[in-house]
Amino acid sequence: MLHTLTLAQALEKLKRKEISLGDIWADVQSSIDQQNTKLNAYLTLNTAAENERQAAAQLPLAGVPIAVKDNFATKGLRTTASSTVLDTFVPEFESTVTARLKAAGGVIVGKTNLDAWAHGSSTETSQYGRTLNPRNTDYLPGGSSGGSAAAVAANMCIAAIGSETAGSIRQPSAWCGTVGLKPTYGRVSRFGAVAMASSTDSPGPIAKTVEDAAIVLNHLAGHDDRDGTTSAQPVPDFTQTLGKEIKGLKVGVLYLDLPGLEASRPHFEAAMKVLSDLGAEVESVTAMDPRLAISVYTIVQRGEVSSNLARYDGIRYANDRSFFGDEAKRRIMLGTYTLSKGYADQYYNLAQKVRTLFMQDFEQLFAKYDVLVSLSSPGFAKKIGASEDSAMFGELEDMLLEPSSITGLPGINVPCYRDAKTNLFLGMNIMAPMWQEAKMIQVADAFERATTWNTWRSA
Amino acid sequence: MAKKASRQISSPASKAAQPITIEQVAKVAKLASIPVAQSQLESLKDAFVETLGVVTNLQQVDVSAVEPTHQVTGLENVWREDVVRPELSFTQSQAVANAKRQHEGYFVVPQIIDQGD
Repeated sequence: MLHTLTLAQALEKLKRKEISLGDIWADVQSSIDQQNTKLNAYLTLNTAAENERQAAAQLPLAGVPIAVKDNFATKGLRTTASSTVLDTFVPEFESTVTARLKAAGGVIVGKTNLDAWAHGSSTETSQYGRTLNPRNTDYLPGGSSGGSAAAVAANMCIAAIGSETAGSIRQPSAWCGTVGLKPTYGRVSRFGAVAMASSTDSPGPIAKTVEDAAIVLNHLAGHDDRDGTTSAQPVPDFTQTLGKEIKGLKVGVLYLDLPGLEASRPHFEAAMKVLSDLGAEVESVTAMDPRLAISVYTIVQRGEVSSNLARYDGIRYANDRSFFGDEAKRRIMLGTYTLSKGYADQYYNLAQKVRTLFMQDFEQLFAKYDVLVSLSSPGFAKKIGASEDSAMFGELEDMLLEPSSITGLPGINVPCYRDAKTNLFLGMNIMAPMWQEAKMIQVADAFERATTWNTWRSA
Repeated sequence: MAKKASRQISSPASKAAQPITIEQVAKVAKLASIPVAQSQLESLKDAFVETLGVVTNLQQVDVSAVEPTHQVTGLENVWREDVVRPELSFTQSQAVANAKRQHEGYFVVPQIIDQGD
């Protein structure tokens, strides 16, 4: 049963020598053996893990098994971004995220499935088949980091790494009942992450508890001279605000009145009551319409995708451009169109101006509130096949997360309701001002401890 | 519960997107170097129309006095010393390790001139 341990529990028990690292790995391996064929969370397992974990045992993360989304370059370990363009790609270099993870003693157990190129919110655009939601396998895990969220939810790892461009950490975490933390843009290096929309791409942890996410983030964060957009901002110890009370903190509640949230709203309001009962000052507040953020993000993302994916020429590495799946083709082409002469002002430049308005809006809101909260996803996980009929499926599912994505703000998802009949979850999205992840961790942790929605806390 | 006045739009996507033709889609595919079968063009056109229909709500926003944001954290001109760092560089054999075709340590590229067109 050691695969069900949280990261904090595993580290504590290893330190006290109550359990052995080998036993954790054996239980995680058997969990993978039993479930992965059905769930399809892992695309590639790391066959060198056994050697690596022995060398890592004395380091802070003590050699525990960590799942890594398959869009981080891992030297000597196949990296596909879930696209057959990269089917046989074995990187000759290591991404900063995985290099830091390894340096801290995390050992990669395997590379997890995602929407191809991280384009989507379902994992259904993966060219290696969809991942299923471990909480209820008739449903999708969300995406694009659906494989990492599923690996955590199914206890096929102790913690995981994902990446978010607009919702790709928080939305699958909401659908799978896990914790997902998207740091401030520039807090964690993008070097070696398969580039998607470079102005919003943000790697971060998907974990069993808020505490685990904070521990992992401690090891990922910080300036990297191979990514010029990483910040020299000092990195605090993100575990310092764990366990602190939230009495007197001002919490602004966003996006409750939007259509499509009716079924989730009572459960979310109950979660707001929990924050009030903990002493926070909670009030509803109007913000810029997130449907505008969908548009900003769609234009910016398609444009940056068309540029970033231009590198796949089939010459230096990888297969040629005929291997792109339909979703990537659509996005590359739409970005090419909206950036082309005569259309750039109408689309791209307009979108970047509205992006400025979102930044100003958040600035005003954070002048009054310590954190802002919303639902992470409008509703519960969608059924298998749900993404197949719409070119805009992902953007509509990620609507509530896109405003904070296009503005580079940090956000964290914590489970805030479980439907007893379907075993599916709703998630709360807690956003903080730039560089103030510690504040949202404080609120998320307080909520998690005060409720039973987190299945590892309540076990 | 306090309400804060802010920019709000009533009905997104109320303004129709401009028409997209099959020819435009085919041209974009060529520009983006995406091989697209004739039979796919219609569905790609539909996807264009769907997506561009959603983003028309931006046209309702007054941005006359607004500067665009390209970089959210405000960093500008990040420099480093212009020195070779071998530990961050590939050897020649590493550089071509994943190439589909190589010849004596060089990439083999497709012919793009003198193709008769």
